[in-house]
Amino acid sequence: MSPETNENRDQFRPEGHDNDHFILTTVVGSYPKPKWLNRAKELYEDPDHKFDAEDYEEATDDAARLITEEHERAGLDVVVDGEMRRNEMVEFFAHRIQGYEFNGPVKVWGHNYFDKPSVVSDVEYTDSWLVDEYEFTASATDRPVKVPITGPYTLANWSFNEAYEDDDELTLALAGLVNEEIEKLVDAGARYIQIDEPALATTPDDHAIVGEALEQIVADIPEEVRIGLHVCYGDYSRIYPEILEYPVDEFDLELANGDYDQLEVFKDPEFTADLALGVTDVHVAEVESVAQIERNIKKGLEIVPPEQLVVSPDCGVKLLPREVAYGKMANMVEAARNVEAKLDAGEIDVDRSVTPPADD
Amino acid sequence: MTAYVSTTPGLFPLPDWAKDELSELKGHQKHDLISGDEGEEIADAYERGRAEVVGHQLEVGLDRVSEGQLRWDDMLAHPLAVHENVDTRGIVRYYDNNNFYRDPVVTGDLTFSGDVGAELEAAAELADDASLQAVLPGPYSLAELASDEHYNDDADFLAAIADFLAGELEAFPDHETLFLLEPSLVTDAPSEGFDERASEAIDTVAAATDADVVTHTYWGALEEKVYAHLLDADIDAVGFDFVTEQEDSIYNLQEYGATDDIALGLVDGQNTLVEEPEAIRDRAEWVFDKLPVTDFDTVYLTTNTETFYLPYAKYEAKLEALAAAAELSEVKAT
Repeated sequence: MSPETNENRDQFRPEGHDNDHFILTTVVGSYPKPKWLNRAKELYEDPDHKFDAEDYEEATDDAARLITEEHERAGLDVVVDGEMRRNEMVEFFAHRIQGYEFNGPVKVWGHNYFDKPSVVSDVEYTDSWLVDEYEFTASATDRPVKVPITGPYTLANWSFNEAYEDDDELTLALAGLVNEEIEKLVDAGARYIQIDEPALATTPDDHAIVGEALEQIVADIPEEVRIGLHVCYGDYSRIYPEILEYPVDEFDLELANGDYDQLEVFKDPEFTADLALGVTDVHVAEVESVAQIERNIKKGLEIVPPEQLVVSPDCGVKLLPREVAYGKMANMVEAARNVEAKLDAGEIDVDRSVTPPADD
Repeated sequence: MTAYVSTTPGLFPLPDWAKDELSELKGHQKHDLISGDEGEEIADAYERGRAEVVGHQLEVGLDRVSEGQLRWDDMLAHPLAVHENVDTRGIVRYYDNNNFYRDPVVTGDLTFSGDVGAELEAAAELADDASLQAVLPGPYSLAELASDEHYNDDADFLAAIADFLAGELEAFPDHETLFLLEPSLVTDAPSEGFDERASEAIDTVAAATDADVVTHTYWGALEEKVYAHLLDADIDAVGFDFVTEQEDSIYNLQEYGATDDIALGLVDGQNTLVEEPEAIRDRAEWVFDKLPVTDFDTVYLTTNTETFYLPYAKYEAKLEALAAAAELSEVKAT
């Protein structure tokens, strides 16, 4: 049976792909930093050491090349540089946006802290945040590159708001800035943008403001640019089916961690967007077997047909040991290729008709 | 004459050096969180942290000195999290915040622990003659934050938690006030019928101390029935979160009256913007302008929430503003 096509997704299908079916494989973004990069950072931050800004830049360039290549080696169709230049997903952007200031670390849980920034005046866009990172990565590989960018709701929600009337107003102001950055990335050649909103689905009804922000973000972005939205560790029943109205091509969802216990949420009504399914758990430091990941990929086929399916790990993998992170990606790619072959051979049932509950 | 008293609901942030030192000593994972039987080095770091936060409160002239609850890794769930008959399991979200704690699962009788009392003893020694304030989770909130695999009945569980807290409180050193923190009364309001039990549970705890008892509520206003029942409890003051919700808090006060004392949460414990003392005083006056009767014996001026959400320097600045605001109000009142 020859597969249906999906123009937006299939622009990333490699030439000469072996199987008729294609399940796009990618990552969410972050990857463990090589130990020597952390060491280089310590030297750079040590005022008594000669290791300077230029040396550190060279080290991050090397790391970005290395991890991009590691993603290629694992066989991923779309690669990232593993966010080697970024420290944390809010801090990194807050340092680049005028209007933010830092007052010191705050607790998240136990002895895990982050430098939660304060918005003290109107937020303003000055220099580009990610264009250099994108151009470097794109020049280091022949494969398509995805650019993850923290979304405005999370940027607002994980900051202290001293300047705006409420967090919704701050979210919309930041959405304007994110839109400006994405326009610059698209001008630089980026075709796959992932907006990260881990704060979504953590408070009731927050889907409304995120929807409004997304409309602003994608305004004037050409249709062929693929826009994904990454959401994790929330209560998805709070946001589904409302999110289907969002102007995005793909939803990247963490589901392996909960052993797909929230899968049912997405079955009714029908999932009309593309699904980037989390198929390996980033909180378990053991590499899942290829067979296990194949079973996880098939969970995605309960929600969408093969042409709407993308697979990735649940979330960024930066907290895993590097060899485990690599193993998960390599097994994920192998599993995706196996599932494609089985789909080609008609060995997988892709009937998604919902069995009505017994008492219906 | 009304006395204005500057205070806080406790649960302070660790000084930055203590964040670093304790991260090193304890680690970052779930099993690294406080156990209640920590070794000498860890205990020593907490002692120095406690001395710093008590010293700062004395220095800025806060009218009530808290121990700081720096050891409370699990926030309000702490008294259970270190109990021998409680298992700590998965990491769960702390109300609607980007903060997490270990789910405490009660698996046996809630016998006497003494953990919080020992902290307060240490603070009492540091506080000299200053007025000491004890802090505990209210029984309803603590029951809501925990899971029960032993009592197997909601009412019995709540009563057992109240008895446990009362037992702990009886062993506390002398203290001037007790802040019982009850955010769950707002966020997860007790159902019809259970609101009465929640107030009875607070009564049980309040009866175990001679100190003035403030039941402090936050993240919104209480539903009116819950507030009405709370007024039946033998407590000295209810605390209101005027940062999050003004209208409904005023409505409750207008409709149902108030205790003889009142606590006003006027300073934002979750935002770095530091309020001016004059603005805090003006906000207190704004509240009193709305009420038919305002001859309170004691008015506590406080942050609305715990302050561990803040960077350390901002937390210090907020306490300083509260102390100055109470002084301003006191001058005006006389």
